[in-house]
Parts: sequence; structure tokens; C-alpha cells
Amino acid sequence: MLQIRLHGRGGQGVVTAAEMLSLAAFLEGHFAQAFPSFGSERTGAPVVAYARIDDKDIRTHEPILKPNAVVVQDRTLLSALDVFAGLTEDGYAIINSADDPKVIVPELVERLPKGHVLTVPATDFAMQKIGRPLPGAPMLAALAAATNVFDLNSVQKSFQTRYPGKVGDANAETAALAYNYIKDKIKEA
Amino acid sequence: MLDEVKFYQTGSKTIGNRLLNPSMRAEQASIDRHNTLTSGHRACQGCGEALGARYALDTAMRVTNNQILVCNATGCLEVFSTPYPESAWRLPWIHSLFGNAAAVGTGLAAAARVRAKKTGSNVVPRVIAQGGDGGTTDIGFGPLSGMFERNDDVLYICYDNGAYMNTGVQRSSATPPAARTATTQLVGAEPGAEWGKGKDVPLIAMAHGIPYVATATVADPKDLEYKIEKAMSYHGSRYIQILVPCPLGWGCASNTTVTVARLACETGFYPVYEAEYGKITSVRKIRQKQPVENYLKIQRRYAHLTGKKADPKILARLQAMCDQNIKQYGLMSDDVPETVPTAIQAFERESNI
Amino acid sequence: MLEQIEGSLGIAKAVALCRPGAVCAYPISPQTHIVENVGKLVKEGSLKDCEFINVESEFSALSVSIGASAGGVRTYTATASQGLLFMAEAVYNASGLGLPIVMTVASRAIGAPINIWNDHSDSLSQRDSGWLQLFCESNQDAVDTHIMAFKIAEEVGLPVMVCMDGFVLTHAFERLDIPEQELVDKFLPEYQPKEFLNPDEPISMGAMVGPEAFTEVRFLQQRKIASSLEVIERVSKEFNALTGRNSGGLLDCYNCENADVKLIIMGSSVGTAKDAVDELKEQGINAGIISLKAYRPFPYEAMRAAIGDTKKVVILERAFSFGARGILYPEVMRSIKGLDTQVNTAICGLGGRAVLGSTIKGLVDYALNDKFEDELTWFDIDTDTLNSYLKDKGISFPQGPISEKQLEASLKGAKA
Repeated sequence: MLQIRLHGRGGQGVVTAAEMLSLAAFLEGHFAQAFPSFGSERTGAPVVAYARIDDKDIRTHEPILKPNAVVVQDRTLLSALDVFAGLTEDGYAIINSADDPKVIVPELVERLPKGHVLTVPATDFAMQKIGRPLPGAPMLAALAAATNVFDLNSVQKSFQTRYPGKVGDANAETAALAYNYIKDKIKEA
Repeated sequence: MLDEVKFYQTGSKTIGNRLLNPSMRAEQASIDRHNTLTSGHRACQGCGEALGARYALDTAMRVTNNQILVCNATGCLEVFSTPYPESAWRLPWIHSLFGNAAAVGTGLAAAARVRAKKTGSNVVPRVIAQGGDGGTTDIGFGPLSGMFERNDDVLYICYDNGAYMNTGVQRSSATPPAARTATTQLVGAEPGAEWGKGKDVPLIAMAHGIPYVATATVADPKDLEYKIEKAMSYHGSRYIQILVPCPLGWGCASNTTVTVARLACETGFYPVYEAEYGKITSVRKIRQKQPVENYLKIQRRYAHLTGKKADPKILARLQAMCDQNIKQYGLMSDDVPETVPTAIQAFERESNI
Repeated sequence: MLEQIEGSLGIAKAVALCRPGAVCAYPISPQTHIVENVGKLVKEGSLKDCEFINVESEFSALSVSIGASAGGVRTYTATASQGLLFMAEAVYNASGLGLPIVMTVASRAIGAPINIWNDHSDSLSQRDSGWLQLFCESNQDAVDTHIMAFKIAEEVGLPVMVCMDGFVLTHAFERLDIPEQELVDKFLPEYQPKEFLNPDEPISMGAMVGPEAFTEVRFLQQRKIASSLEVIERVSKEFNALTGRNSGGLLDCYNCENADVKLIIMGSSVGTAKDAVDELKEQGINAGIISLKAYRPFPYEAMRAAIGDTKKVVILERAFSFGARGILYPEVMRSIKGLDTQVNTAICGLGGRAVLGSTIKGLVDYALNDKFEDELTWFDIDTDTLNSYLKDKGISFPQGPISEKQLEASLKGAKA
């Protein structure tokens, strides 16, 4: 079972991203679950959402304490709270930033296997294609590129299903940018 | 001692006058009236509420060809009409709770529409919700206002006797000033119900911009019957408040129910009018203006206002209240009522007919 | 059809498949998404011949439902927590009038202190209201239970409360198998009210009943709800035959054969517990789960059979009766009268505190290793907080079995 924790701020589509992640996995025939941290968070407040992917029925409903992957949609959270708490030793961390991971989370880069800590300028991509700072789709695409657990195509399809028309297509294009960005980074390394 | 029997031979004061053309007689004078609330129920002698309910619902039954569903708030009317296993109701009737008659009415109206649609029937039963003033102006006020605001297709009838009679005459927000109730006793500096309190639900109903609002009394069945018929000609929320004297709670003789109600009207104490889409459209004029004292002195709830120990200042204040009503609603023959601002929803609803 | 959707949307779809004639809505978290979705289905025209009514309070939501149901249409509403308490008077009224309303309770704690998160104190507060109360362990179970609920309610002539854990289920995106309309139509035929307000056959409903008959009315009401035990079982079997899914029912046993300890759990914690006992099995520890589905009527006989000859039982209780103790405990004890089973109650998962796999394992450990000191234990409790609060009084609590305390603390930090 792959367990993913997504961190962001209210208004950035964190909960939607978790839902789209579960939908992407579902579209590939996996069992998936997504749920928010059930708060009464307002716009701008830190928000947590969770997703699980498995090849059998997911029965548990406990929050994810030991994620295999952490997605950080807002890098300002890094100094505010321990977003990587419980992250497994072979886990992945995807951070929304144009900077090198070694610069912003050097300790984490040390701790996790090579290529497991990645940054992607998701907000920049979103501004290019969607015109609004919604980093959900590119972050998921980056996760797909890093882990190969699900395809870029599924991420695109999930957003296009949820937001038929222009918005879905713009999200899909943004996702492709991020996916290729990470694939290139991995190739470089 | 037997009461003197009075025979009126002319005019419309007598609802069953045999000299009148049958079309001018009140429905209650007809042998064919429905008797919706039939005899044998357990109301007190002279119960104004039992009269009002029968007058209102008999007419509603006639004008809808007996297609009426009624929901009743908890209170005297419910208690005296349906002691299990008996029921005095000759129509479909439900009692749910004290404070939810308006909401139950909303549900019944929805069900009636849906059932008609599903069964392909073009007959949709109409809904009347009813309750006393406590169930209407106090505990049921939230659901009532909600029903008005949504303009649900329900006629709500409030039988207003100005206190919680079922529980033993306690003050409600419809209790008039200076009246004695069990919770506003005739003691202290301001005996009876306090001044400057209470709410005027007909005006509040008008402020919701609903199609029809009216007040009436059991002293004028023809006027009441006309208003029920008029109300049933509208769809959407309608509100009729009927003054129904309570001999027990008001301390009046049980054979004076109609007299007391008439005096409430003739003194200006209880303005009788109708309003459409938030605007007053007609007022029942006073025929023979009476001083308020005549209304008060036959009710023991105002015992402190008449007799040797009476405080003339309170009496004057009540008279001033009646005079203000007369002026504001234009209750005398030539007067024109003052205008009340109209709720914006009223224009929308009126233009949607 | 398989769909990856939010639990609330799944419930809305299930309700729509049942073709209700009236749905009332008043917002309260975590129930609101359900009625929002039903409202959309009505407004867009995919749920036909149904009126969706936005009311001004929960009291009116259930009162309008009472009117609609008495008016002869299939009726649905949903609420939670404070909303359920606000409508409490109408809750009792609906069952007394014998109206087959179905209502979702997206279970949530009751304040003060105000808390929007999940536990069972709202639904259990209405245990004596005369409603059937069916608990759901997953969103699929909830979807199926809603469809069954209408059938059960209409056959028994009583309202049914479908209790599903707020947020944990209502807000979770999961794979759901939403039945086809033809299947639901076959299972749940068009509503034919036994009695309703009808000008052609006028009846009086809700008469006043005095001391001469009130006890008898209550006796008959109890007979009616007790008879629903059989109906719930039969309807669940019928649904199973159509869908192959083991949803609903009175209770469900997991890994109970030869179990050394059995845990009685209601709601979404059952799934978490199933994973936990599977892990324990790998370590040679044999623990079973009794998922209690029907809380009212309480299935005493089925519970006795489910407990069987197991010597140790732990009840996980997500509500509390102040001044008394666990709410499920006396019911379970009544089920096993005469048996020498050791039964303990663990209060946990209040106000949204997560019931973790480690919680379940801790309970099993406590039972098998005789660590329970009392019939009742407050589990997963933050003893540091309590001890600092009570230190002046010289009271201290032993460190509770919170094996994942560190992780939880960091998670809490993440939420803040």
C-alpha cells in the first residue's frame, strides 16, 4: 500500500489534489482512498490531506502516520511544521519550489535514497497554463514521474473528469510540464 | 334567569337572517355546512377557538371541493378535538408538535404536489396549518417565518386568544398589555401584561411579502368566510389571524364570546383588515364606535381597570392604543389607512402570478 | 457502476436511486455534502418527482419530513450532532407517528466544548427515540444500508437513522459500487403508504393518548421495533442475493473463529480494526471483530451467538454516559447473561481523536495480558495533559498505551 500525505494551505486545492490522486489511481484499476484532515481550516491556513493506493480493498480509516510519500504544495510550510514526520526511509518527498532540494531540505536529501527528494516549480507552471496558483495537478504529475505508481495520463484524465472543458485541459497541460520536468531531472541525475 | 332573545330582522348583522337572500347568508347558517369540526368534542362552553376553526375550515372545504389537509399545533384545539380514540375532525388531520405546524404544512403541501404528479392526478389537495397564538407567535415562529419566506403553499391560521390557555392561561407574545394571565398577575406597579412588549405577527407576515394576510374575529363569520375563500384563491403562503375569545382565560361569560369579539373590533382594539402582497387592501370599518371600557369591563382579566380601585391612567392608555389603531388602519368610515412599507419580495411574487 | 467518489456523493446517489418524493436540507457539518448533492440532482432534473426543500433549522427539516411522510411520499433528510439534538422533539414524534422516514446522521460529537469531529455521542443520545439505528462500517456499507433502510422502514412502519461516521466516511473519496436503477427499482418498489393524509379517506393522526392506553401504545411500539430484527436480516439477505455484497445486517463477525478475544466496534473503526487483527494474526495473536450494525433494535441473541464461548470481550465505545459508564456495555452484558465472559469497555475516539491500528492492538494486548484494571478504561488518553491539570490534587494516571504517541503529536502539529 502506498500512503501519501499532502500538505498545503487552504485555497491551494490540497484536498482536491488528494481526491484527484485517488481518482487517477482508480482510473488505472487500483483501489484508492483520499480524505482531508477534517478541519475547519480557512483560506491560507495549513491543510493536510491523505491518499492511499493499493491493489486490494482499503479498509483502514486511520490517518496516515507513516507516509511513503509527502507532497508539499507550499514551501513556506517547511519552516512552520514538520511536514516530513513519519516519512518512511524509502519514501518520497515532492516540494513545490524552483530551488534545488539540497538547498531547501539538505537533511532530508541526506536521509532518503538518491532521487527521492524532488522539487518542481508547480506554481510557476500553473500560472503559465491555468493563470491561477493551483499547484495540485503539477504536484501529482511530479509524484507520478518520481514514483511510477501511476501515469501522467491518469492525472490528466482525473482533472479533466472533474473539470470538463478549459480548466481541466489547462490542468492537464500543467501536469505535463511538471511530469517532463521531473523526468528530465531524473535523467540528468 | 333566561337571556332575552333578540330578533334582528334587517341588515347583515344576523348571519342567518331568513329574510336575506341565501347567497348573502353566512355559510354557517346553512344546513349544508360541512361541520368539519363536528359536535361532541371537549372544548369549554363558549370556546371561541372551536367556533373559529369550524367557520374557517367549513369554508375551506367548500371552496376546495373537500380537498383539504390540516396540520395542527399542540394546544387546546388539538387536545379537545382528538382525545384518543375519538376525533371530531371530518377531514384528514395531523397533530405533530407544538412548534412545527407550519413546517409540517410545508411537508404536506410538497407531498400533495408530488403524489398528484406521480399518480397523474390534476387534483392537488390544499394544506392548512393551524395553531393558537402560543404555537404561532412564540414557539412556532421560526418555522412560520421559514414557511413565509419560502412562500410555501400553505394557509396558516392562528387562533388568537392572547395567551397559553391549554396550559392554564400564561402570557404569550400575543397577550395584550394590562391583561391578567397566570404569569402576568394583577400585582405590582404595572399590573397585568407589561406595556411595550409583544409582536404583531400579521404585520410581520406582511413584511415577508406573502400573497395574503388577514385578521378576523369570530363575531363576523361572513367576513371570516370571505377571507378564507380569498386566501384559498391564492397559492403561496397565506396567514389569517382570528380573534377567538376564551371565556376561561379572559374571564368572560361563556355566552358572551361573540359579543366580546365584536367589541374588540368595534373599539379598535383588534384591527380587522386584509393585505395582499404586503399592502393593506381593505379594512373592516367600525360600525358603532365603542369606548374601550365596554370591551374591558366584561372580562375579569381586566378587573383592575374598572370599578372603585381602577386606575384611570391605564384605561386612558388602552383607549389611546385603540385610537392609534383606528387612525393607523383607518378603521372609521372615512379614514384611509396609513401606508406600511412593502417588502421587496412582494413585488417579485406579485409579478410572478 | 464503480466510481471513485466522496462518501457523501455516494449517499446522495443511493438516496436518489430510491426515488424519494421529498428531501429536506439544513446545513451542518459533516452532513452537508449529502444534501447539497441531492439538491443538485433534483434541480438538474435527474431526480424526478421530488421536492428539495431548504428549511431554516433542523427542527423544521424533520418537521417538514414528518409532513411529507404523513402526506404519503418517500422522505429523506440528514443531520448531525447539534442538529440532531435541535430536532430531538421531532425525532421522537416521527417514530411515535410511525412514519418511515430515512435520515442520515453523519455522526459527530456534541458540545460544549464545540467539536465538529466524529464520535457517536449524537446518534446514541437518541437511542430511546424509537428509531431504528443502523451503523455503517464503510462508504459501500453506507450506500447499501441507505437503500435497505427505506425498505426496512416502510415494511416495519418506523423511521430509520443511518449512522455513518462524519468526515471519516462522509468526506472520504473511495471506490464505490453504485447499484443500477433497475436493480434498486426491483429491490425497492414504488412507495405505497399504508396510511397517509388523504381527502378521500380522512384519518386523524397524532391524537392525544391518556393513561388509559398510553402504556399499551408503547408496548405495541416496542413489539414493532423488536420485529424489525427479523426484517433487517431478511432485507440484508435479499440485498446480498442481488448484489453479492455483505452489507447491512444485525452484526458482522470478522476473524471470530477460535478468537481469544473479540472486539465489539461500531462504525468506520471496524475497517481499521480488521487490518490490525490481520497483522496480529501474523504474530500468532488471534483476535476477532464483531461489527455491530444494528444498535436499535439491539440484536441480543445475535450478539450472544457472536460472542459464543470467547472468554474475553472488549467493547470500543465512542460515546459516554456521564454519571454512568459505557453505553454499549449494559447491552452486551444483557446479551451474555449467565456466561462467564470477561467484558471490558474502552472509551476512545471521542471528538475526532483517531482510532488507530495501534489502538486496536493495544486493546487486544490489554485483554489478553489482563492489563484492564477496571470494567472501564479511557484509552489513548493524553496522560501528560491530565496529570499536569490534576497535579495539584495529587492525582496521577499511568501512562496509557499510546504506542504512536510521538507520531500523533507531530501530526497534530501539522494540523495546527
